[in-house]
Amino acid sequence: MTATPARQAVLSSRPVRWLRRNLVVLAGLATLAYLVLPNVVVTVFSFNKPNGRFNYEWQRFSTDAWTDPCGVADLCGSLSLSLQIAVWATVGATVLGTALAFALARYRFRARSSVSTLIFLPMAMPEVVMAASLATLFLNMGVTFGFWTILIAHITFCLSFVVTAVKARVMSMDPRLEQAAQDLYATPLQTFLRVTLPIAAPGIVAGALLSFALSFDDFIITNFNAGSTVTFPMFVWGSAQRGTPVQINVIGTAMFAVAVLCVLVGQLIGGRRKRS
Amino acid sequence: MALVTDQPPAPPAPLPTAARGRKLIPYWLLLPGILWLLVFFAAPLVYQASTSVQTGSLEEGFDVTWHFATYWDALTEYYPQFLRSVAYAATATALCLALGYPLAYLIAFKAGRWRNVLMILVIAPFFTSFLIRTLAWKTILSDGGPVVSALASLHVLDVTNALGVTEGHRVLATPLAVVCGLTYNFLPFMILPLYTSLERIDARLHEAAGDLYARPLTTFRKVTFPLSMPGVVAGTLLTFIPATGDYINAELLGSTDQKMIGNVIQSQFLRVLDYPTAAALSFILMAAILAMVTVYIRKSGTEDLV
Repeated sequence: MTATPARQAVLSSRPVRWLRRNLVVLAGLATLAYLVLPNVVVTVFSFNKPNGRFNYEWQRFSTDAWTDPCGVADLCGSLSLSLQIAVWATVGATVLGTALAFALARYRFRARSSVSTLIFLPMAMPEVVMAASLATLFLNMGVTFGFWTILIAHITFCLSFVVTAVKARVMSMDPRLEQAAQDLYATPLQTFLRVTLPIAAPGIVAGALLSFALSFDDFIITNFNAGSTVTFPMFVWGSAQRGTPVQINVIGTAMFAVAVLCVLVGQLIGGRRKRS
Repeated sequence: MALVTDQPPAPPAPLPTAARGRKLIPYWLLLPGILWLLVFFAAPLVYQASTSVQTGSLEEGFDVTWHFATYWDALTEYYPQFLRSVAYAATATALCLALGYPLAYLIAFKAGRWRNVLMILVIAPFFTSFLIRTLAWKTILSDGGPVVSALASLHVLDVTNALGVTEGHRVLATPLAVVCGLTYNFLPFMILPLYTSLERIDARLHEAAGDLYARPLTTFRKVTFPLSMPGVVAGTLLTFIPATGDYINAELLGSTDQKMIGNVIQSQFLRVLDYPTAAALSFILMAAILAMVTVYIRKSGTEDLV
């Protein structure tokens, strides 16, 4: 080693040693701060009372927006539309995707690799390409843009994610469990309902949750296929041009709080179940 | 995540009781989903291919004239946006890897009983609409705000000005702001696959490396990092692909000088209503990404990703 004694002394001094030992932890926590910072800003600025149309600079504390979350025209309408689309897109994508995943994981059939490619491609492509091509189809067909075109678009891009989530789960399943059920005289339907489905359930739930989140938060594909229909992300996008009401921060904060609460309750229930 | 599933075990052999009817089961399962993808995913791509070689106007309608010059015109006019998209996306991906790796490592090996809490903190930002969170960066990076003042007084802005990624005392409406937004938006897509592959590593391998007199850095370079390669590959793909096509960060945090190819496609399609150019541009983007991804997967030697 060519380190001079002076350098050696600095490197082995206490604070430097501590720093070196905890470098990964510090870097990880810095990244976490980078991830969480915008959420903190969103929450703080939900209590702002901006002077102009834009809510980008802190003026003074106010709970006005919290007491009147629907006080902006079209805001809550767009929110409920987004929720409806997300629910139906989740149902559609989960049903179609689960069937595909079972076929891919459990059966041999012709054109297996082409089917896999067809399912993988939507994920390997930037959203804007899929968005523009689907809108081209609708334009050529003379379809009116609105609720149905958005729903079709959302089911299409959620589908592949459901397939991957469910497939991974079904693949890791022990096939002998089903054989055992059949040895014990269960009919194929009983085997499916009482053995296969419960084991695959976590994968299906994960796929469904992912679909819901993807659909609810989607902007790019919706922007191309919505026509004049306004979903919640479309509303936020429009307000970035026209003026951002404090209410969108309120909705953002509330969504965050509800989601974290759900996760915590889920953890508590899961923890209790494990103990009992 | 999706891309890191292991090589599938061979599907179980059909049960001896399999009759002819049962042989049809997979096809019935496939039918609805495949039909859906053919009609709403594959057919649109065909339509788009035909649109890209059409000429005409909105009033008189478009006709297929095999006008391939649209591709050439689109490339010569918009190649700066193409190059910019790739450059921004590549930088953001590299930053995501540099920032995300320590956090994934921390959660996988050092978090102990805090693991679940940290995991929730990584996923939780997802629950607030990403457009709202991207708008929050407008506040964080606002001119004369605490972040920009701090960067200026630490002379960081002098360095970034010299690199040409910021201008004067501004961060908003510069390449730095757009890359910062892209990095932020796609960071969880890097962290989750990294975590998944790091978590599978047997901690005893670290001890073994230490017993064999490997220093921590050597252990990381020779043991941990190679074993986390599937996560690195999946994470970089999940970050790079959507970042290249993104137009939200460039629109909200950049100026007209930071427009990416997504912005061009969006405005050609939704504002200018020049469908052939928009179609040609999306095809070039798709082809470029598929080519880059194929080369990357070959090079990194993990072809069994799907």
